[in-house]
Amino acid sequence: MMRALLSQPSSLAARLTRLNLLVTATALLLACAAFVAFDLLTFRQSIVRNLSIQAQVLGSNSVAALVFNDRDSAEKTLAALRAAPDVLSACLYSADGRPFVEYHRGGSGGVPPLARLGPGEQENHRFAHGDVMLLDRIVFQSEPTGYIYLESSLDALWARVRLYLFISVGVLLGALVAALAVSFKFRRAILQPIHALAEVARLVAYERNYAVRAAGEGAPLELGHLVAAFNGMLVQIELRDRELRQARDELEQRVELRTAELAAANKELESFSYSVSHDLRAPLRSIDGFSLALLQDYGDSLGAEARDYFERIRVATRRMGILIDDLLNLARVSRRELRRERVNLTDMARAVEADLRKSESRCSVEFRIQDGVEAEGDAHLLRVVLDNLLSNAWKYTSKHPTARIEFGQTSSNGHSVFFVKDDGAGFDPVYAGKLFGAFQRLHGSSEFPGTGVGLATVQRILHRHGGRIWAESAVEKGATFYFTVQGEAQWTTR
Amino acid sequence: MDDQVILLVEDNPDDEALTLRALKKNQIMNEVVVAHDGVEALDYLLCRGPHSRRDPSELPQVVLLDLKLPKVDGFEVLRRIRANPQTRYLPVVILTTSNEEQDRIKGYDLGANSYVRKPVEFGEFVDAVRQLGLYWLLLNQNAPHPRSA
Repeated sequence: MMRALLSQPSSLAARLTRLNLLVTATALLLACAAFVAFDLLTFRQSIVRNLSIQAQVLGSNSVAALVFNDRDSAEKTLAALRAAPDVLSACLYSADGRPFVEYHRGGSGGVPPLARLGPGEQENHRFAHGDVMLLDRIVFQSEPTGYIYLESSLDALWARVRLYLFISVGVLLGALVAALAVSFKFRRAILQPIHALAEVARLVAYERNYAVRAAGEGAPLELGHLVAAFNGMLVQIELRDRELRQARDELEQRVELRTAELAAANKELESFSYSVSHDLRAPLRSIDGFSLALLQDYGDSLGAEARDYFERIRVATRRMGILIDDLLNLARVSRRELRRERVNLTDMARAVEADLRKSESRCSVEFRIQDGVEAEGDAHLLRVVLDNLLSNAWKYTSKHPTARIEFGQTSSNGHSVFFVKDDGAGFDPVYAGKLFGAFQRLHGSSEFPGTGVGLATVQRILHRHGGRIWAESAVEKGATFYFTVQGEAQWTTR
Repeated sequence: MDDQVILLVEDNPDDEALTLRALKKNQIMNEVVVAHDGVEALDYLLCRGPHSRRDPSELPQVVLLDLKLPKVDGFEVLRRIRANPQTRYLPVVILTTSNEEQDRIKGYDLGANSYVRKPVEFGEFVDAVRQLGLYWLLLNQNAPHPRSA
């Protein structure tokens, strides 16, 4: 708790006030110190100067007394020092350095031994123990007659220092109070716009309200610029926000519209294939049924040619029926909902093999179905894929005396793919691109029967799973169909 | 067996003729009552309108029901047959052109006994009719009529 309080950043207002006070105090202290130092120095020099004048006056007044060895006169002269309260003691020395007359304010005291003055030196002084001591040479008619020593207290100086300190502290306090007042006034001018700006920023950040604007009237120039820039930014954001929302709404609307259109188209397609399923086959039944009825009931009176024509009509009718069924299957494959699960393709291929062998007995066909082939996909639709691919292999090997049909998994470009391979009629690779289009056939139906819808159905199923299919072949060299069930986004479509 | 009536509900005259021919080809000599739409079929079964003097206890041995019919469609006919206590056990075979999954589901949902798709090839159709006749007219034992039970 304490640490949290301590680490909390102080407010701008507090920092500004502190800064203001610090600057004021520092400036004042420096100024006071300089002034006091200068004044004290000057004052001290004036004390020494006064003392020197006193010493010279006393010296010249004592010349006669010294010359005539008149102690009384000298004592009277020194007694005049009573008028100078600062002078603590004084001493007159004869020319040979012996004390001649002493003066002590308020009783007696010792006389310091005569300090030596340097040759040619008229006077010297020193400060010690809060006092100032001055020694002056008395000269009469260019002859040294004696010395005078004066000791003065520095009380006046210390009193002055105390007074200065007192005044300085007073001025400092006054200045701080004034600075505080000024800073409060400026705080309002500077901080109010900043506070307002911070509040607006909070609204923008947390409530995503881009319509608010910061007020910058009366703010300092830089803050005014900041507020204006901030408001400009808000205008931009609000504009973008509105545009974005508009675009999103429009997009949503468009998606809705497209979805509805798509649903309508799907429904239309569904009802279309429903009626195809019901209505398109009915006439075929009539054509076939009545052709057969004619053949059965009036066959004898028809010539062989007429009977052949009727047979052709019936073959075409049946073909059309198969075509319609295949087309409906193709449409159904697109509509059917995809249910993904793990599918054992090996078992599925074996089941297709069994169906094919049941439909037509061809012991010359060898199936090689790899074990343990699995895929993730819709079992029903994958069965349609294997049905088509394996039936094709079965169909296109029918003209060969022996045949081998393979199913398994291999690797292509480092990816796992499934394949169905036969050694049958194959096709010209030039037309490989046409293989998967609806109604596209590379063989005549008299050669190999078929509608050309099977591989289109297979491709649509694999595309719906996100996979793809392609084929490799050469005429009479068999064909291999490769397919994937899951999508590999990085693959390019061949 | 011959006194048993077959009710054929079929609006297409070609299909009607072909079905009758297929029955004849299979030596099924039963009386075939043909209803050309759903209303006719229901009038016959529930002894209404032109059939109001028919004995309601005499039900056909089997109904061959097409789905796409004028006025009242095959599903509705089936629904009303199953809703009526007099006819609820009546064997109904849906005999239609389509093999749409939705039709098959709906047909069985409404209580059809069988669903047969009419093949385009007439030979196959004749064979289908033969098997239907064999099963529904000879092999299958209908539920006793509610009144006589």
